[in-house]
Amino acid sequence: MADLERHDYDVVVIGAGGAGLRAAIEAHERGARTAVVCKSLLGKAHTVMAEGGIAAAMGNVYPEDNWRVHFRDTMRGGKMLNHWRMAQLHAQEAPARVRELEDWGALFDRTPDGLISQRDFGGHRYARLAHVGDRTGLELIRTLQQRTVALGIDVFMECTVTRLLTADDGAISGAFAYRRDSGQFLAFRAPAVVLATGGIGKSYTVTSNSWEYTGDGHSLALAAGASLINMEFLQFHPTGMVWPPSVRGILVTESVRGDGGVLKNAAGNRFMFDYIPDYFRKETAETEEEADRWYTDKKNNRRPPELLPRDEVARAINSEVKADRGSPHGGVFLDIASRRDADYVQKRLPSMYHQFKELAEVDITAEAMEVGPTCHYVMGGVEVHPETAAASVTGLFAAGEVAGGMHGSNRLGGNSLSDLLVFGRRAGTAAAGHAASAPAAALSETALAEAETAALAPFGRQGGENPYTVQHDLQEAMNSLVGIIRTAAEVEQALERIAELKVRVQALTVAGGRHYNPGWHLALDLPHMLRVSECVARAALERQESRGGHTREDFPGPREEWGQLNVLCTLFGDGIGLHRKPLPGMPPELAEIFEESG
Amino acid sequence: MSYEANLRVWRGDADGGELQDFTVTVNEGEVVLDILHRLQATQTPDLAVRWNCKAGKCGSCSAEVNGRPRLMCLTRMGTFEPDESITITPLRAFPVVRDLVTDVSYNYDKAREMPPFVPPERDADGNHRMQQIDVERSQEFRKCIECFLCQDVCHVVRDHEDNKPAFAGPRYLMRLAELDMHPLDGVDRRRLAQDHFGLGMCNITKCCSEVCPEGIKITDNALIPMKERVVDRKYVPPTWLGNAIRRRRQ
Amino acid sequence: MTALAPEGTGAPGRARLAARTLRSDRWWLQPLITVSVLVAFIVYSTVRAFENANYFAEPYISPFYSPCITTACEGNTFPELFDGPAFLTPALYILIVPLGFRLTCYYYRKAYYRAFWLSPPACAVAEPHAKYTGETRFPLLFQNLHRYFFYAGLVFNVILTYDALLAFRNAEGEWFHMGLGTLVLLTNAVLLWLYSLSCHSCRHIVGGRLVHFSRHPVRYKAWTFVSKLNPKHMQYAWISLVFVAFTDLYVRLLATGAIDDPRFF
Ligand SMILES: Cc1cc2nc3c(=O)[nH]c(=O)nc-3n(C[C@H](O)[C@H](O)[C@H](O)COP(=O)(O)OP(=O)(O)OC[C@H]3O[C@@H](n4cnc5c(N)ncnc54)[C@H](O)[C@@H]3O)c2cc1C
Ligand code: SF4
Ligand code: SF4
Ligand code: FES
Ligand code: FES
Repeated sequence: MADLERHDYDVVVIGAGGAGLRAAIEAHERGARTAVVCKSLLGKAHTVMAEGGIAAAMGNVYPEDNWRVHFRDTMRGGKMLNHWRMAQLHAQEAPARVRELEDWGALFDRTPDGLISQRDFGGHRYARLAHVGDRTGLELIRTLQQRTVALGIDVFMECTVTRLLTADDGAISGAFAYRRDSGQFLAFRAPAVVLATGGIGKSYTVTSNSWEYTGDGHSLALAAGASLINMEFLQFHPTGMVWPPSVRGILVTESVRGDGGVLKNAAGNRFMFDYIPDYFRKETAETEEEADRWYTDKKNNRRPPELLPRDEVARAINSEVKADRGSPHGGVFLDIASRRDADYVQKRLPSMYHQFKELAEVDITAEAMEVGPTCHYVMGGVEVHPETAAASVTGLFAAGEVAGGMHGSNRLGGNSLSDLLVFGRRAGTAAAGHAASAPAAALSETALAEAETAALAPFGRQGGENPYTVQHDLQEAMNSLVGIIRTAAEVEQALERIAELKVRVQALTVAGGRHYNPGWHLALDLPHMLRVSECVARAALERQESRGGHTREDFPGPREEWGQLNVLCTLFGDGIGLHRKPLPGMPPELAEIFEESG
Repeated sequence: MSYEANLRVWRGDADGGELQDFTVTVNEGEVVLDILHRLQATQTPDLAVRWNCKAGKCGSCSAEVNGRPRLMCLTRMGTFEPDESITITPLRAFPVVRDLVTDVSYNYDKAREMPPFVPPERDADGNHRMQQIDVERSQEFRKCIECFLCQDVCHVVRDHEDNKPAFAGPRYLMRLAELDMHPLDGVDRRRLAQDHFGLGMCNITKCCSEVCPEGIKITDNALIPMKERVVDRKYVPPTWLGNAIRRRRQ
Repeated sequence: MTALAPEGTGAPGRARLAARTLRSDRWWLQPLITVSVLVAFIVYSTVRAFENANYFAEPYISPFYSPCITTACEGNTFPELFDGPAFLTPALYILIVPLGFRLTCYYYRKAYYRAFWLSPPACAVAEPHAKYTGETRFPLLFQNLHRYFFYAGLVFNVILTYDALLAFRNAEGEWFHMGLGTLVLLTNAVLLWLYSLSCHSCRHIVGGRLVHFSRHPVRYKAWTFVSKLNPKHMQYAWISLVFVAFTDLYVRLLATGAIDDPRFF
């Protein structure tokens, strides 16, 4: 193939978010020739949107905090379905990963002693989120980006990987991609590939996620022979914007609640007091007075119920709206205006202030916001080895949102950014180590030709399906049938729709040429979206209980036997195969932590 | 509440192009980017537009709306009259890739030229200590979302292609100021700012500050203070004169 | 529509668009106002500078002619240091400093680069020049000396404040009297202080050049104070400019007897 651009590396990192960049930095520092490939421009990945902070038990604000408490909070937030070893490594290593960012130029907000300041977030017992106002993700990605540039790591911007390439023995040999601007194809030969492609939320109508979140990494991993874990668990963030319609789903950071904002229904009641689950009753305030005291005196008071883990709050809002106690545009009210003075709000939440002002013409220092649940994060992802982030395919690694296991059935706020750093670094180390011992195999020319033919197929068809319409139909199906609250009948219906959409995807047609053609790009993303949506639906049907980010109306409440099981998805011909896998056992010294505190 | 808006969108590539007229439905609360997405979904599936977050956080969707550099996801349709025709063009300081997408590699090249941050040793307990008042100035500059609107509007390069090699643009001159004010950084970049990155080309006419969607006071808080710092280093009269004479002699 | 500007927005590779700007608002209004006000000021001050008369009306001296330091001066607000030839108007050697101060002022630079030199006339409106080197060469390189004009400007502020204090006298030279003119001179002095203290060089000198504010609490306070004034520097620049001219006009009107100074006490 003459017009194919070819590159040779030791490690190719797919994704330039926090996980990808951290992995690349580490691989480079360990001597691997490293490249980063990403769909957008450098610095625009989803990580840039993260607001609240990075969870790390540094103990700068509460010296009582330590990794064990963080570990406990993470496991309880995930309803004990997390891989214990991942949660442990995460809690232990996060503080060092955050401090290291300062060596690369990051400027976090400070405590009076000059240390990194930490803020409160749902599900975390102590104020633990290192932050910069409400633009922490920007600080994180910019710091890593600047470090990447300073080290001279090669970055392929606006390149989309469409296939992973494997050798005869099934091990990774490289990746196939196209340049979004020119349509030029590229082949990377590399013995180690790190997936850091983020999430899948674009398959939903109401989402905080961008066009990039089409689940490419999940789907590429499946196609290469890896398995996905926990795909039924999607996090619906309780507070997304609901009005005007064009901004529906855009995130309203949890820091609004961490900094004093409360949820109210149409009658003005703080309804969260009616939704405190038994599981969290002991650590949650029972009266508004106690909840309000907590902001200033955390030792002697319990947390306000607004700061329960996200799944609880999202379900509560959903119920209020269903019971007709919602706000005019189908959400509930999030009020910080009546509780904190305008200066405080502007200082602590500048970008939220800006966002509501610009997009909804609402002044959050004077009025309440209208909010409702929005699809935000996928807990499920590539099943990886906790220490090395290695997938079951030799030479394939995964870190960040695309990896599964760390967050169990529900992720705590702030635990993603720390996850990116901890496991991004681990993936970089392991990938560089693997590359040093395993030379890359030659790329199969037939496989490359096949990849190219598949990528160009939509140009060859005439009068078929419009990719934008197919995407829209998929989003509708997932949003209405595999949303926050699920039933077997609806999920089955979704699977039928997905089956129809799979057929329609075979007939996608695109107009125009190969130069920066979004219609074509979408046509190539759609098969990934469908494959991943199918995983979500099938796993959701399989798990007959409600837990974390998976709520079955027909099976309310958690069930003992499901608390010991993960659902795994693998590719099975053209469809998705499922199997159940028992959770790894937790060693007694960790299990103790949960007994200590009940 | 919906109405039909008249849009004039530039379509083409480096070889040529033109403004094309479209009529598109607009609903309440929508922004320019929504309208372009509707155009893609219904009329021009291959219309090239760059975007990511649609919430003013990533700085991808930069273009010029009625001749002004803007983020399309933060430009509400409500700010125009329903019968007004709205002109949308790509950034005019950079080479065009296709339609509304431009090649912004100028900016990434400048970023690569920046001498990196150099920290001191950490304190014995593994922390760096900094006071809030010492980090605030640089924090303002770190709000930058790299939308490159300031780079686009700055006449030094917008109107003078030949200045591009010698001028880093407001975003990167601000980066120099950020590092110069960073409480931990150990490198003096003042000479470099003037001699290599072209701070002297800036004539402080403030268009960068006018367009910055983050409201960063680029000129007042970064460029002018940086010019003053350069004066400290380079233009204190006796030394300046001395250097000038020495240079003459050589 | 004008032809493509090959050195700028019409450079090869950029989107083909002939228009110099696609702005549909009245972007030319701002530069027009700037030109009008500045030209009016220049004309007025030149005329006044060469008039060499009517700048003193007991107890007020016009800011254009203060400090008047030669024997040829009207009034006696300042020690007479030289034997001055009557034809050399004091305004000529006095105005150099405020002129230099304002000419190198960061705000005025913006204003005249835009309005007079059209570089650029307004944001996203192409400038007419083929070449541009900014402030990298002679003579604009000397803009970097602004802070020295700032220091000199401070001296003048002190003198004009002193003039305002002298204005608390009556025609007989007795203290603790006041007229409308006193108020005018006082306001003028205050505005000049606001203009000078909000100066960017001032902001740098008092504290801006520090890296660690926390180690210099007093200078941090000073910097914070100047930083509060600094965003209004443009407003102070205009108001003080207009008011200086007005103060001069007021003194002239008194000196020519066109009006009488209302005395308060
Ligand atoms: C609005 C919002 C706020 C959030 N706030 C917080 C918070 O406060 N705290 C917290 O901990 N978490 C937060 N999160 C979650 C967190 O930001 C994300 O989970 C995390 O940033 C994901 O990082 P990542 O590195 O895995 O992937 P991303 O940052 O999403 O990066 C994915 C990368 O992969 C690339 N990519 C994808 N597919 C391909 C392909 N086929 N070929 C090539 N490249 C590809 C993309 O271009 C991109 O560069 C928030 C999320 C959102 C949306
Ligand atoms: S102030 Fe300087 S950097 Fe900013 S736009 Fe004007 S000339 Fe460019
Ligand atoms: S400084 Fe402002 S305008 Fe310039 S790139 Fe950054 S955010 Fe955009
Ligand atoms: S799309 Fe991110 S800033 Fe507009
Ligand atoms: S007087 Fe205007 S900046 Fe100094």
